[in-house]
Amino acid sequence: MTEPLLDVRHVKVDFRTEDGVVHAVDDVSFELRPGEVLAVVGESGSGKSVTAMTLLGLTRSPNASFGGTAKLRDLDLISATDAELRAVRGRDIAMIFQDPMTSLNPVHRIGAQIVEQIRAHEDISERDAMERVVELLQRVGIPRAGERVSSYPHEFSGGMRQRVMIAMAMSCDPAVLIADEPTTALDVTIQAQILGEMRELRERSGTAILLVTHDLGVVADIADRIAVMYAGRIVETGTLDEIFYDPQHPYTWGLLGSITRVDRDRPGRLPSIPGMPPSLSDRPEGCHFRPRCRHEFDACPKYPELARRAPDAPGHLDRCWLSPDAKRERRVMADGEIGLEAGGVTA
Amino acid sequence: MAAFVIRRVLAMGFVLFAVSVLVFLIFNVIPNGDPAARMAGKNVTPQVVEAIRVEWGFDKSLPVQYATTMQKLFTGDLVSYDNRVNVVDEIVRGIPRTFALTIGAAIIWLVAGVALGLFTAMRAGHWTDRLVTVLALVGISMPVFWLGALAAYYLGYKAGIFPNGGYSPISEDGLFSWVHHLLLPWVVLATLFIGVYSRVVRSTVLDTINDDYVRTARAKGLPERHVMTRHVLRNSLIPVVTLWGLDFGLAIGGGAILTETVFDLQGVGQYFAESIGRLDVPPVMAVTMFGAFFIVVFNTLVDIVYALLDPRIRLQ
Repeated sequence: MTEPLLDVRHVKVDFRTEDGVVHAVDDVSFELRPGEVLAVVGESGSGKSVTAMTLLGLTRSPNASFGGTAKLRDLDLISATDAELRAVRGRDIAMIFQDPMTSLNPVHRIGAQIVEQIRAHEDISERDAMERVVELLQRVGIPRAGERVSSYPHEFSGGMRQRVMIAMAMSCDPAVLIADEPTTALDVTIQAQILGEMRELRERSGTAILLVTHDLGVVADIADRIAVMYAGRIVETGTLDEIFYDPQHPYTWGLLGSITRVDRDRPGRLPSIPGMPPSLSDRPEGCHFRPRCRHEFDACPKYPELARRAPDAPGHLDRCWLSPDAKRERRVMADGEIGLEAGGVTA
Repeated sequence: MAAFVIRRVLAMGFVLFAVSVLVFLIFNVIPNGDPAARMAGKNVTPQVVEAIRVEWGFDKSLPVQYATTMQKLFTGDLVSYDNRVNVVDEIVRGIPRTFALTIGAAIIWLVAGVALGLFTAMRAGHWTDRLVTVLALVGISMPVFWLGALAAYYLGYKAGIFPNGGYSPISEDGLFSWVHHLLLPWVVLATLFIGVYSRVVRSTVLDTINDDYVRTARAKGLPERHVMTRHVLRNSLIPVVTLWGLDFGLAIGGGAILTETVFDLQGVGQYFAESIGRLDVPPVMAVTMFGAFFIVVFNTLVDIVYALLDPRIRLQ
């Protein structure tokens, strides 16, 4: 196995608010290797976006405190100075945001906004930088890129703007691309195109991608590995196949059960996980999913380490105290596949 | 753009017409407004008043009187009922004084307002932010005539640091004397606006700083200075520039009356105030047209500049 490019260990992010300390991210660890796509999935408020933005130092504020390490090669992004972070941002780690309609500055031309990033990191003339921008825009499928560089963001559609964001992210050939819900604000056909662009980017330049999403359809399309987050913690992580075909954590079962699938009969009603995620300033002891879980038993109030619990898969880790056999038993099997309508999920 | 300007010019003609008719009517219906009686003075026979009335055309119908007044205004022949001095000459004499006051004050309040607004936005919640906020509210609350009188009395008359009012043209006593005479009026006129602008800038900067594109700018690895100037300030100053243009037009068009009067600058505003006191219709008409003209012109300029600053806005 190659050395990890990005090595995140026990990262913790707390925000002090008027209602107490919010533990937005708690003991999050993962690795990202060159050319790999790791998808971080979870519902709103699970800490996935905070994790992503913390890697770029975008959550730094007087009210935030951080723990753990996130090594990009030799630089720890958590303890790095602002100047060190600034040098890394956009050059080694680039980020694409959820809403392409608001992520570009409305008063500057598209081309100038990308040139600005290139020239922040490289000693290159305005003209050379602009040439590269035209090439980048062509590559992400923007027609007449030579003219469109002088357009303003409001003259582009949402999908086009997200392509511009991707071109911007690619402009300094970063080792890591963080994509925070890159397709959420787009309609489905555009989503597919944007995912195609990201896939191509990974294949051509070997960029590792950290994909933050709540859309399991997107995950199935592009991810190599998955980390499932719940209430600030990663509750399960493994390869795409491990998570989709052998999920260990009841929360993952619920998540998988609540998506519509064209290859299955439609259930009468789409299953959902009962209850609400806990408040991040007042979380239950031990397993955070406990109050919503059907399978709660006496071990659950103990803190569950993210550990290998399934014997046959070394990279497949989870935080559920149930024995692997109990897990397999409780995920009711149907037609040789996991019938996720049952188990930890109510229909 | 050309169509926009043409339409605005036509609209301006209409606004000036409406304003002048209104002012003319008001001065004809207010009590004690009969110009012939006042021109004749006290203790005169009705025959004398009647003679003046006929001589000056006050016996004609209102529309005719209005038309004559406007015609004289635009040919530069309009004279005061009170002292027979040519009104246009008086305004032309006052223009450099009024412009010197308002332009200087507008620059001071823009620069100081933006600087203080930015400072407080960067330190939102800090005690310095609260201190400046309180000072800004004090500045907004102080009446110009009161602040001006205090400044003129203590810094001018008592301490002798500044001249005791008056205007000193550059052509006569040079630049230093000009600035020396204008410094207090500038600061006094600017104080209210500095307070307002610092609050406006603070809130627009705080709005902008949390915008997604500012986060994008940081994620691009731009130096913080560029993030602040090219992204935060560039966007948050758009409404401020708009406000500035409107306030500047207002200040020229009559907003500086109190400051001019307190410091005896003898500008257009002071002329206006004195003419109103004498119920002297011709100068009031002329200055009203002068003021309305600048207010309308600056409104139009603001719209044009707004479209230049924000590409999403189109002049149609």
